[in-house]
Amino acid sequence: MIALLRRDLMLAVRAGGGFGLGLAFFLIVVVLVPFGVGPETELLRRIAPGILWVAALLSALLTLDRIFALDWEDGSLALLATSPLPMEGVALVKAAAHWLTTGLPLTLAGPVLGVLLSLDPAVVPVLLASLAIGTPALSVIGAFGAAVTVGLRRGGLLLSLLVLPLYVPTLIFGAEAVRLSAEGQGAGTALLLLGGVTLGTCALLPFAAAAVLRINLRSSA
Amino acid sequence: MSIWEYANPKRFIAVSDRVVPWLSWLAAVLLVVGLGWGFFFVPRAENFEYSVKIIYVHVPSAMMAINIWVMMLVASLVWLIRRHHVSALAARAAAGVGLVMTVMALFTGAVWGQPMWGTWWAWDPRLTSFLILFLFYLGYLALWAAVEDPDAAADLTSVLCLVGSVFAVLSRYAVNFWNQGLHQGATLSLDAEENIADVYWFPLLVCLAGFVVLFLALVFVRTTTEIRLRRVAALQRREAMA
Amino acid sequence: MTGLGEYAAEILLAYVVSIALIVALVGMSWARARRAKRLLDEMEGPRE
Repeated sequence: MIALLRRDLMLAVRAGGGFGLGLAFFLIVVVLVPFGVGPETELLRRIAPGILWVAALLSALLTLDRIFALDWEDGSLALLATSPLPMEGVALVKAAAHWLTTGLPLTLAGPVLGVLLSLDPAVVPVLLASLAIGTPALSVIGAFGAAVTVGLRRGGLLLSLLVLPLYVPTLIFGAEAVRLSAEGQGAGTALLLLGGVTLGTCALLPFAAAAVLRINLRSSA
Repeated sequence: MSIWEYANPKRFIAVSDRVVPWLSWLAAVLLVVGLGWGFFFVPRAENFEYSVKIIYVHVPSAMMAINIWVMMLVASLVWLIRRHHVSALAARAAAGVGLVMTVMALFTGAVWGQPMWGTWWAWDPRLTSFLILFLFYLGYLALWAAVEDPDAAADLTSVLCLVGSVFAVLSRYAVNFWNQGLHQGATLSLDAEENIADVYWFPLLVCLAGFVVLFLALVFVRTTTEIRLRRVAALQRREAMA
Repeated sequence: MTGLGEYAAEILLAYVVSIALIVALVGMSWARARRAKRLLDEMEGPRE
C-alpha cells in the first residue's frame, strides 16, 4: 500500500498537473467572486466561508477524473486487481493520494485566499480545521464517483453530476462550522459532525468504490 | 443466455399484460374522482383560503417522489443479491416516474408557496432536500443512459442507488442542521384526524391511492418496454454476428 | 358549485401543470411501449 501511495504521489508530482491545476483553479474562483458580487468588504467577509468551501469543492472535483483514468487506460488498474492488495485498499490509497495532492494544498491555501476575501482572522483556525477535516471526505467520495465513471468515454460531466449531490452534507457542515464561528457561536458541533461524515465515508465508501471498479473491470474484459 | 434471462421476463410480460388494463382504469377513475373532488367540491380552509386545493397534487406527488426512491433501493438490492434482471429494469422504469413526481412536487410547492409565504422558493429544509433528491434522480438516470453494457449499467446504477440513499438521508439531516424552515410539519402522520378535517382528508386519500395505482401501472408498462427493448438489442447483436 | 377565491390563478396553474405532466408521462411511456412491442414483433415474427 505504501509503495502504491508513493508511486501515485511520484506520478502526480512528475506530471506536474496535479497540485498546480487544482490550486490555480481555487485561486481563480476566489478571485472571480468579488468581480461578480462587488468589492464591499462587509459583504465579502460575510460570504467568505461559503466561497472558500465551494471553491475548494470545485477544485477537488476538477482533479477527480485523474484518480483512476490513467491507470485504467494503461491497464495498471487491471494489474492492481490481480495483486494481493484488495481492491478496497487500492481505492483507499488512491483517495489518499488525491487528498495529499489536492486536499492538503487546498487546506493550506485556504487561509491565504481568505485574506483576499477579508475573512476575519479570528476564524482562520476554524477554517483550517474544517478544511483539514472535510477535504478527505471530498477525496473519498470523489474516488467513488471516479470509479463509477472510469469506463466511460465522456465521463467528466457525468462525474460532476453524480458527485456534487453527494458533496452536499460535507459542504454544509464544513461551511457552517466556519460561518458559525464567524458569527461568534461555537463551531464544535459542526466540526464534530463533519468529522463524522469524513470517518463514515472513509470507512464505507472504499468498499463501494472497489465493488464498482470490479464491475467496470469485468465488463471491459 | 441463462434461463433466468428468458423465462422470467416472459412471465413478467404475461402478468403485466394482464394487469395493466385493470390498473390503468382504476388509476384513471381514482384520479378523476380524487382530483375532481379536490378541485371542485372542497370548501375553503381557514388559513389557506382555497389554495388548500393544491394539496391534492402536491402531497401525493411528494410522497411518491420519496417512496419511488425507496422502491428503487429495494429493487437495486434484489438485483445485486439475486441477479434478477426484471428487478434492475423495474428500478430504471421507476426512476423516470420518480423524476417527474419530484418536478411536480417542486413546481406545485412553488406555486403554493407564492401566495402563502410570499415567495416561490425558500431554502427551507424540505424544499432543499427535494431539490437534492431531484439531482439524485438526474444522476441515476444519466448513469443508466451512459453505460452501454446492460449488466454493467444495472450493477453501477444499483450501487449508486445504495450510496445515494445513504447520502440522501445524510443530506436531509445536514439540511435540517443548516436551516430551520417555513414548511408546516407532516399533516399525514398517524394522528391525521387531529391535523386535517375529514372534508379535506377523504379526497386526499383517493388522490394518494390514484397516484399509487398510476405508478404501478406505469412501472409495469415501462418495465416490459425495457425488457422488450433489451431483447431487441440482443437479437440485433445476434444477427450482426450471424 | 365551486369558487377558487383569490388564488384561482395559482390553483389552476398547479392543476394544469400537474395533469399535463401526468399526461406527458403516460403518453411517453405508452408510445415507447408500443414502439418496443412493434420492433420486437417485427424481429421475432419471421421465426415463429
